[in-house]
Amino acid sequence: MTNVLVCVKRVVDSSGEVVLSEDAQSVDGRYAGFTVSKHEECAVELAVQATASTGGTATVLTLGEPDAVEQLRSALAVGCTAAVHVEADPSAYGPADVAREVAAVVRDHEAAGRSHDLVLLGNDAADSGDFQVGIRLAYELGRPVVNGAATVEVADGEVVAGVAGPDGHETYRVPLPAVVTVLEGGVEPRYPTVPGRMKAKKVEIEHRTPAVDPVGPKRVRLLLPPPQPSKVDVLGRGADAAPAVVDLFERLGVLAR
Amino acid sequence: MIVVLVETDADGAAEMSREAIAFARGLSAAGGGVPIDAVVVGELPCSSEQLAGQLATYGVRDVYHATGEAFGAYGGAAWASAVQSVRDSTRAVVVTAAGTPRGMEVLAHLAARLGVAMAANVVSFEGLSPFTVTRQVVGGAALEEMVLDERPAVFTIAGHAVEAQPAESPGAGNLVEVAPEVAAADLVARVVSAEPPAADLSGDLKSARVVVGAGRGAGGADGFGDLLELTELLGGSLGVSRVVTSLGWRPHHEQIGQTGSRISPDLYIACGISGAIQHWAGCASSKAILAINTDAEAPMVAKADYAVIGDLHEIVPAINAELRKRKG
Ligand SMILES: Cc1cc2nc3c(=O)[nH]c(=O)nc-3n(C[C@H](O)[C@H](O)[C@H](O)COP(=O)(O)OP(=O)(O)OC[C@H]3O[C@@H](n4cnc5c(N)ncnc54)[C@H](O)[C@@H]3O)c2cc1C
Ligand SMILES: Nc1ncnc2c1ncn2[C@@H]1O[C@H](COP(=O)(O)O)[C@@H](O)[C@H]1O
Repeated sequence: MTNVLVCVKRVVDSSGEVVLSEDAQSVDGRYAGFTVSKHEECAVELAVQATASTGGTATVLTLGEPDAVEQLRSALAVGCTAAVHVEADPSAYGPADVAREVAAVVRDHEAAGRSHDLVLLGNDAADSGDFQVGIRLAYELGRPVVNGAATVEVADGEVVAGVAGPDGHETYRVPLPAVVTVLEGGVEPRYPTVPGRMKAKKVEIEHRTPAVDPVGPKRVRLLLPPPQPSKVDVLGRGADAAPAVVDLFERLGVLAR
Repeated sequence: MIVVLVETDADGAAEMSREAIAFARGLSAAGGGVPIDAVVVGELPCSSEQLAGQLATYGVRDVYHATGEAFGAYGGAAWASAVQSVRDSTRAVVVTAAGTPRGMEVLAHLAARLGVAMAANVVSFEGLSPFTVTRQVVGGAALEEMVLDERPAVFTIAGHAVEAQPAESPGAGNLVEVAPEVAAADLVARVVSAEPPAADLSGDLKSARVVVGAGRGAGGADGFGDLLELTELLGGSLGVSRVVTSLGWRPHHEQIGQTGSRISPDLYIACGISGAIQHWAGCASSKAILAINTDAEAPMVAKADYAVIGDLHEIVPAINAELRKRKG
């Protein structure tokens, strides 16, 4: 039986135009809406699969503003069984601060008889992109860590993780308890079902205040890259543009002779 | 002292690691000529003398080669402990690496062990006191200015942020063989087996005169037929976005971008690719770019020289038909 803790971060959906907050310390999400990263969606899916195969629990955790409950409910709707909300302004937290808060939750739960033998995180958060919370967490907890796993399976007290690395398809085999960070691509996150959503609404979320004051990120400010004026020449729309495209190939001299 | 973690591939020092050294040279010059040392770990694709010779041309002074049983298979903590031992003996004030998955992983371990910050995906440095860098955040849609006021300053460098140019005056390239001790706890998480990757076939892509690019818009692993035909008709190479390789639609060696190949063809035809900054990093040196995209507002369309707006699955077959018609 495996009890997994999976960490997700509420971030502004950045697929459209990115707008900065007035103090240039964060991305403004008022118009764009919020989401979690693809890596974290995959981590949630892997957490749910690991508990289904071993009959354990999957607890989702976030450190964020009150609204981050939305992301916890989404994870509950696809199979997580419990949720923890550390209420704090995430833009005041550096990666080491976040790791410390996650570690505090793991320790408190352990003291209460609910140990998390596997902690899953994303490889990198979609906004701050620090690429390190999982590794720092491993050092906080004195546990081994596998980074950038596409697949995660738990059996016989160990976790087997698959990483697409420079040596090819790399396999890690690590004894529990352990930390694994997840890269998208190894599993397809499931969609929530209606009963899933109904169940998610009923789960009582554990609300916590942060364990220690954050040191804060080393951020001076965010900035947007200067917009480049477009000089694009639109040759046309749809299939009708094909002759113009081939004319272009001729002009550029790229047709194979 | 600046220490650079160097990764290797079949050609010796990997391109992104050579870029990291070039970045470090800029830093060294700003700091009045601080020496640059390199660390390489484990088995190498060539002799360590050859590698030291190559790194000398990039301006490296000492090349530390860490060997021992602990480095027989890759493990982030073990590699970090090797970098840490070099940093301890050189008293380096900066430790850096390429922003590859392993570069990020090893330096994150190092930063956690030393209790200092780590900046990921740095593109430039703004000043030395305080030491301020700019890095990519929000998937490259925004930048962050960050102060690294602890020593050592630990950061990774975004791929293709600078050119991998050799140095104007070479370094000594002294080879220093070391066998650092690695604690048992640092050997728990390491690669236990690896199925070798498919042969690296990216050479053709990097030298192609025409590259047909395909992104999420291809729609699935079976969505590449027309694109491959266009590639064939133009005698070019197929290149893809990271979404395509992550989803397993095409092999990794076809990936263009910050963590893939950098191309400089006469013409790049980017089909169903949004044009994220990390993709752009790999295709910006193309002499001309034609974007084919359903979204007239996509960044790739804005940055391209030419565009056709619409569904690639209608446009590409029409181009192929027109090409065949004119070829007769
Ligand atoms: C550290 C890091 C490193 C990265 N390295 C790389 C890298 O090396 N290379 C890389 O490519 N990415 C890289 N990325 C990912 C990058 O940020 C983008 O997510 C990725 O490039 C997007 O791929 P895409 O354009 O195929 O997909 P999307 O962004 O989803 O874009 C799909 C595009 O296709 C268009 N489209 C959809 N259907 C059709 C159709 N039928 N016909 C025509 N157009 C259509 C859409 O309008 C859209 O513009 C990296 C990210 C990070 C954080
Ligand atoms: N505020 C947060 N709440 C919960 N998890 C987080 C938070 N910030 C980061 N994480 C986790 O740590 C991973 C790596 O983040 P980072 O190191 O900041 O790029 C993310 O993918 C999340 O799984």
